[in-house]
Amino acid sequence: MKALCWYGRKDVRVETVPDPEILAPRDAIVKITSTAICGSDLHLYDGFIPTMQAGDILGHEFMGEVVEVGKANTRLKVGDRVVVPFTISCGGCFFCQKGLFSACDNTNPNAALADKLYGYSGAGIFGYSHLYGGYAGGQAEYARVPFAQVGPLKLPRNLTDEQVLFLSDIFPTGYMAAENCNIERGDTVAIWGAGPVGQFAIRSAFLLGAGRVFAIDDVPERLRLAEEGGAIAIDDGDEDVLNRLDEETGGLGPDSCMDAVGMEAHGKGLQAAYDRIKQSVRLETDRPGVLRMAIQACRKGGTVSIPGVYGGLIDKVPIGAAFAKGITLKMGQTHVQRYLRPLLERVEKGEIDPSFVVSHRMSLDDAPAAYAMFRSREDGCTKVVLKP
Amino acid sequence: MSSLPSSFTRPLRAAVRKVARPVNVSSGERWLSTIAGTALAVYGISRRRFWGGALALIGAGLAWRGATGHCDIYASLGINRSEKKTTLVEETVTVNRPADELYRFWRNLENLSQVFEHVLAVTEIDRRLSRWVARAPAGATVEWDAEIVADREGEVLAWRTREDSDVLHRGSIRFRPAGEGRGTVVALSLEYEPPAGKAGVAVAKMLGEDPETQIREDLRRFKQICEAGEVPTTEGQPAGGRRNRETSRRHEKEGRQRASCPLPDQPEVSREQGRAS
Ligand SMILES: NC(=O)c1ccc[n+]([C@@H]2O[C@H](COP(=O)([O-])OP(=O)(O)OC[C@H]3O[C@@H](n4cnc5c(N)ncnc54)[C@H](O)[C@@H]3O)[C@@H](O)[C@H]2O)c1
Ligand SMILES: [Zn+2]
Ligand SMILES: [Zn+2]
Repeated sequence: MKALCWYGRKDVRVETVPDPEILAPRDAIVKITSTAICGSDLHLYDGFIPTMQAGDILGHEFMGEVVEVGKANTRLKVGDRVVVPFTISCGGCFFCQKGLFSACDNTNPNAALADKLYGYSGAGIFGYSHLYGGYAGGQAEYARVPFAQVGPLKLPRNLTDEQVLFLSDIFPTGYMAAENCNIERGDTVAIWGAGPVGQFAIRSAFLLGAGRVFAIDDVPERLRLAEEGGAIAIDDGDEDVLNRLDEETGGLGPDSCMDAVGMEAHGKGLQAAYDRIKQSVRLETDRPGVLRMAIQACRKGGTVSIPGVYGGLIDKVPIGAAFAKGITLKMGQTHVQRYLRPLLERVEKGEIDPSFVVSHRMSLDDAPAAYAMFRSREDGCTKVVLKP
Repeated sequence: MSSLPSSFTRPLRAAVRKVARPVNVSSGERWLSTIAGTALAVYGISRRRFWGGALALIGAGLAWRGATGHCDIYASLGINRSEKKTTLVEETVTVNRPADELYRFWRNLENLSQVFEHVLAVTEIDRRLSRWVARAPAGATVEWDAEIVADREGEVLAWRTREDSDVLHRGSIRFRPAGEGRGTVVALSLEYEPPAGKAGVAVAKMLGEDPETQIREDLRRFKQICEAGEVPTTEGQPAGGRRNRETSRRHEKEGRQRASCPLPDQPEVSREQGRAS
């Protein structure tokens, strides 16, 4: 089959590799009909996630048709149409049973390594480095889905791929990030990053009762899309974001602030230069410019929600401000399985049509060009769907 | 630097969940190891290439050594700078299943070839006696007979090798409820004589220079089988470039046979089950 393989920084290639096979009794093989590139993939593409190996197949947002099931898989049948959560979860551990699926104890074959670096290992993730299990991903014609009696969601036929594909990651991610904001009716929420995650977070914040949502970014097309979702756009390229938020909230500060950018925040000024230098000489793994601002902006007793990915250590985060203001910090990989059904229902009821986020549809063969375009955010590229 | 700032290391040590890994590093050294190791690990993981990975691992190892007070390098050189000596390996894991069920899995000794990476087969001769076959280096195998010396249903199972065995060890597995809705704390302890004779050396090699890690990973497999019904794997999946050819070759060799494991809601495990390859 064809698959997109990672070879190094800004080096991804479509290659012919062996077809995946059933390796454990509850696996399923899915013939992929649609697969997307995620902002998280850009961290791999830019070489900021450790423990990648040349030849790793990328991709964790995919859906398709079941073409083979392991002999112990009683939930799926050949022919089922499914979307696959990016987190791989066993369903039986303490964490899965609490609904903390991305914290699953039992799905990372390299858990010993993650234990050493993070204290305890989380769930395995498709196509997201060997620290997260080294599972082959879904930017391919076929994928092996381990623990497939737990993860995949069976889909009705009347919805299009683009309406359900993002249940695999960014819709639940935006939704959980908004839930993590502890929104009360009428609250003001400020969201840094109007990428796909930010876009879903904006819409989810409104679904959860937010009164006003500010979207902060400097990409014009993305800000426009945020406005279409009801947000007030702030272009951080030509405005002082902290001042503006302070004014807009009458000197109170937003009730919740969200970092939907993560470890590769752009920025200007001294602090941004400091982070770039430290990151480039590897004294800091992540650039926390947005996290600093979110903490600084947040009102007293408010919440900072962090769906943006961080991998290692950061500097000069104003923990004093967070402490003085009594701020709640919430973060983490999304517990995707928890949101599949409720969010599918919202799509079926027409409360949201996730296909709004798609800007480009391309062939899997063109994946390397798609990565470059999504990375540069040129040509209005907000979200790419690849067709194998 | 004489006393170890325990407020700093206590959470780390708890995280490590070490029970009785031998402490052979002095306390001042442990403090330094933890800090330097963390810094090195971070520096390492932020490097993109091989050396980054290597540094990260060395760093993580140092931090680990600081947190656990155990240094593998000291251990393999026979250096003990803490004066405490033991040949006991003890590891603990929490499994989200009732104690009775876990006991029953374990009591069916033939299941244990799925748990211990190096054990190829266990045959129950009778209720007390069992024969174990384990993989040794260079394609060889070692065998021993074990007898059960304590057996309390749902609580404990203890065994020791028969005196005429090539390999002398004794061990026990204990099950204790972890509290409301949290399953069972399972503690495995193995005590063995320092390697002697050919078979002993083979067993030492089998357990590697770090028996604690080996046992911890064995217990992890036990937890995975009982909670998730299978051990997660990527062996045999596709990859690009050079690795693509390696995986397909390995595939053909192994014949890709994998045991089907019990589902969490099917606690009884049949004796016919094969070994997870
Ligand atoms: N928690 C999870 O489970 C999870 C799941 C999916 C994605 N993510 C993470 O969410 C983040 C966003 O994902 P995405 O797909 O939207 O990525 P993306 O790269 O497409 O979007 C990021 C956006 O942030 C903007 N940005 C960068 N620096 C900024 C700054 N200083 N101020 C304001 N905006 C800034 C960029 O212009 C871009 O529009 C990534 O870190 C991704 O890894 C997390
Ligand atoms: Zn993603
Ligand atoms: Zn689990």
